[in-house]
Amino acid sequence: MSGATGDQGAAAVRFGSIQAVADDLGRAGYVADETIAGVVFLADRLAKPVLVEGPAGTGKTQLAKSVAEMTGSRLIRLQCYEGLDESKALYEWNYRKQLLRIQADQSSSSWERLEEDIFSESFLLTRPLLEAIRADEPVVLLVDEVDRVELETEALLLEVLSEYQVSIPELGTVRATRLPLVFLTSNNTRELSEALKRRCLYLHVDYPDLAREREIVRRRVPGIGDELSDQVARIVRSLRTLELRKPPSVAETLDWARTLVVLGTTSIDAAGARDTLHVLLKYEQDIERARKELLAGSA
Amino acid sequence: MLDLLSGFVVELRSAGLPVSLTEHLDAARAVHHVPLEDRHALKAALGATLVKSSAHWGAFETAFEIYFAPRHGTGQRGSEVDGLPDAPEGAPGEPGAASGAEGAGAGRGEGGAVDSLSAEELAAMVLRAVRSGDRALAAAAARHAVERYAAMEPGRPVGGTYYLYRTLRHLDLDSLLERLMDEERAETALTALEERLVADEYRARIAALRAAVEAEIRRRLVADRGAEALAKSVRRPLPEDVDVMHATAEELAALHRALHPLSRKLAVRLGRKRRHRRRGPLDFRATVRRSLSTGGVPVEPRFRHPKPAKPEIFVVADISGSVASFARFTLQLVYAISTQFAKVRSFVFVDAIDEVTGIFERADDPSSAVRRITAEADVVWVDGHSDYGHALSEFDRRWGDDVTSRATVLVLGDARNNYHASGAWVLERLQHQARHVYWLNPEPRQYWGSGDSIVDEYAVHCDAVVECRTLRQLERFVAELA
Repeated sequence: MSGATGDQGAAAVRFGSIQAVADDLGRAGYVADETIAGVVFLADRLAKPVLVEGPAGTGKTQLAKSVAEMTGSRLIRLQCYEGLDESKALYEWNYRKQLLRIQADQSSSSWERLEEDIFSESFLLTRPLLEAIRADEPVVLLVDEVDRVELETEALLLEVLSEYQVSIPELGTVRATRLPLVFLTSNNTRELSEALKRRCLYLHVDYPDLAREREIVRRRVPGIGDELSDQVARIVRSLRTLELRKPPSVAETLDWARTLVVLGTTSIDAAGARDTLHVLLKYEQDIERARKELLAGSA
Repeated sequence: MLDLLSGFVVELRSAGLPVSLTEHLDAARAVHHVPLEDRHALKAALGATLVKSSAHWGAFETAFEIYFAPRHGTGQRGSEVDGLPDAPEGAPGEPGAASGAEGAGAGRGEGGAVDSLSAEELAAMVLRAVRSGDRALAAAAARHAVERYAAMEPGRPVGGTYYLYRTLRHLDLDSLLERLMDEERAETALTALEERLVADEYRARIAALRAAVEAEIRRRLVADRGAEALAKSVRRPLPEDVDVMHATAEELAALHRALHPLSRKLAVRLGRKRRHRRRGPLDFRATVRRSLSTGGVPVEPRFRHPKPAKPEIFVVADISGSVASFARFTLQLVYAISTQFAKVRSFVFVDAIDEVTGIFERADDPSSAVRRITAEADVVWVDGHSDYGHALSEFDRRWGDDVTSRATVLVLGDARNNYHASGAWVLERLQHQARHVYWLNPEPRQYWGSGDSIVDEYAVHCDAVVECRTLRQLERFVAELA
C-alpha cells in the first residue's frame, strides 16, 4: 500500500526545500513556523494527506487555502457534517435524469443498451472527492472538520486518501492522474479512527508564540503600526494564560487588531482595551475575568 | 540512522504511544527527505509520521530530546563536554555571550576549569539573559548554572529532576522575577495592564531559561549514560494513564487540562450514540415529501429520530483526604456532561453526608463548584474520618425515597471504613429501588479487601464494582453509563 503511493509520489515534486515552502507560504500571506513548513514539504514528497488538528481559529483551514494559492491550484472543499454520506462526498447517480431517460424512450431501445446508457458518465454527479481525483489541473483537496462525520463514514475517505482512487461499481476504478495535495482538518471533538490517522501525516497547530502572532497580525491587518501589533500580540498572550472558557483564537486576534485600526488607535491603553474586549472574548464571564485580572488597576 | 530510528520507535512504544509498522516505515521514508543536520526539520518529520495525537506530543518530545540530542558532546564525558559546546552554540549570539563571560571564556580556553564563574557573576549573567531575552546568552547561563550547581555524578541512575531541582534552587528564579519587576517599576510608572504584560514577558523568558537548564542537564545525562537508559528513567505515564490517587501536583494540573476536552468529546459521543442507536418510527410526511422528486416513488423512506430516555444520576462521593481528588474528578466529569442525563444529584460525605447539587447548579462551571464543595458542604459528624455506614444510612433516611427506578446510583470511594459498621443494608435497598448501583473504587484491585477496606461486603449489592484509577478507566465507565 505504502509502496504503491511512493511510486506515484515520485511524479509530484512541487517544492524544493522546507525553506522554500515557508517562503512561498509567507508570500501567500500565511506565516508558517518550521513544523508547519516541514510537514507541508513532506506531504508533497511522501504523497500523503495531512491531518491538521488544533483549537478552533488557529488557521487550519487557512493553511490549505494558502497552499492552494501558492501552488496555483484549485481548492476543492468538502465540508463534513453529521450525516454526510457517499452520495454527498464521492459521487451520485443522477436518478432524476435516469428516470427521464427511461421514460423518454420506453418503446425503442433494448434494455441492455438503455442500462449501458444510463450508467455512463453523463449521468454521474461528481462530488468533491471524485472531483479532486478526476481533475486535470493541479488541485488541493480540503476535507474540513472531518471529526464531524460518524466513525463509519470515515471509511469512505480511506480509499481516496491512501490510493488516490475511487471505485465505482458500474464504471470501474477512477485513478488520479495528478496527485492532489490533501488536507484534513479536525477540531478534535472525537478521536479519529486509527485507520485514518495511520494514512495521514499529523500536524498539530496550536496558538502561535508571541513573535509569530505579531508577524501574523502585521501581515494580515493592513495599516497596523509596529507598536500596536506588538501590544496586541502581548495582550493576547497574557489573556491565554488566564483560565478562560474560550481563549482568544488567532482569528479573533485579527478581528480585534482590525477593530483597533478602524478606531484609529495607535497604542492601546486600559480603557481602550476594556471597550473593545468583546471582539476578542465571547463569554461574559471571560470578559469579566479579563477585566479583573488584566485591567484591574484602572477600572 | 535507521538503527537509531528503530531504537526511538521502541522507546515511543514503551512510553505507551501506539506506533504501527506502517508509521515506522513512513518515518524511515520521511527522514530521507529532510536534511539530517536540521533538527527542527527532523523533529517535524518524525512528529508528523509517528505521533498522531496531541496528547502524546509531550512524551514524544522528551524521547526526541534524548535520542536526537544536539550532536556535540555525545559519548564524551566530564571536562571535555564543558569545553566543547561553546563553539557551535555560543557562536550566533557571540556579542552577548562574550560580554557576559569574557573572564570565563579565557579560563575555559586554558584548562577547562570546572568553576569558571563565581556565584555573583553567574547571577548577573542570568539576570542579563532574562532582561535582554537573548537566547544564546540564556543557553550559556544555563550551561554555567548546571556546571556549578547540579553537581552531577557520572553513572548515577537518576532521571535528572533531582539535578534540575538543585540547579533551580540556587538560581532562585522566583525572586528574579520580583527583582526585574521592581526595576521596571522604578524606571517608569506602569499601569496595571503594562505591568501585567511586562511580567508575562519575563515569565516567558524565565520559562525559556528553565527549559535551557533542563536541556543542558538532559544532554549531559545522555552523554553519561546513553539514550536508552536515560529514556527509561524519565519515562512518564501519559496523562490519561496517571493514577489519580497518587498524582503529583503537576500531574493533577495536566489531568485538569485533559479533563475539559475529554468531557467535550464524551458529550459529543454520547449524543451521537443516543441518536444513532436505532431508527425511530417511519416519518410518513417526510417520506412522501421526499418521493416527489422521484416521480412519486418512495425511493428513500424517512424515519423519525428516536428519543430514548436519559438516566437520572445520583452521585454519592467520599471526599475524605485519601480519595478527595478522585471524587472531584469524577464529579467534574459527570457535571461536564450533565446534558446527557435527565437529572444529576450529588452528595458528598466523610462521616456525615450533605447534598451539593445546589452548589453545582449555582456555579458557572463545574471546576469552580468542585473547589467550593470542601468549604461549604457539611460533611463532618464526629471525627472527620470516613464512616460509610453512618453516611449511607443518613442518605437512606433523608433522600432514600427520591431514588426511583429511573435512577442510577454511583458510589465513589475506597470503602476504607475505619472499622465502623458497614451499613451495607442501605445498598441492598437501593439496589431494589434503583435501576443500577455502581461502585467506583480508585484503589488498585489487589488492595481491595485488605486492612479496613470492606468493598467486598458492598460488592454483593452492586451491579458492578469498577476499578477506576485513571482518567482512561473513568472515561470508559462513564461512556458505558449513559
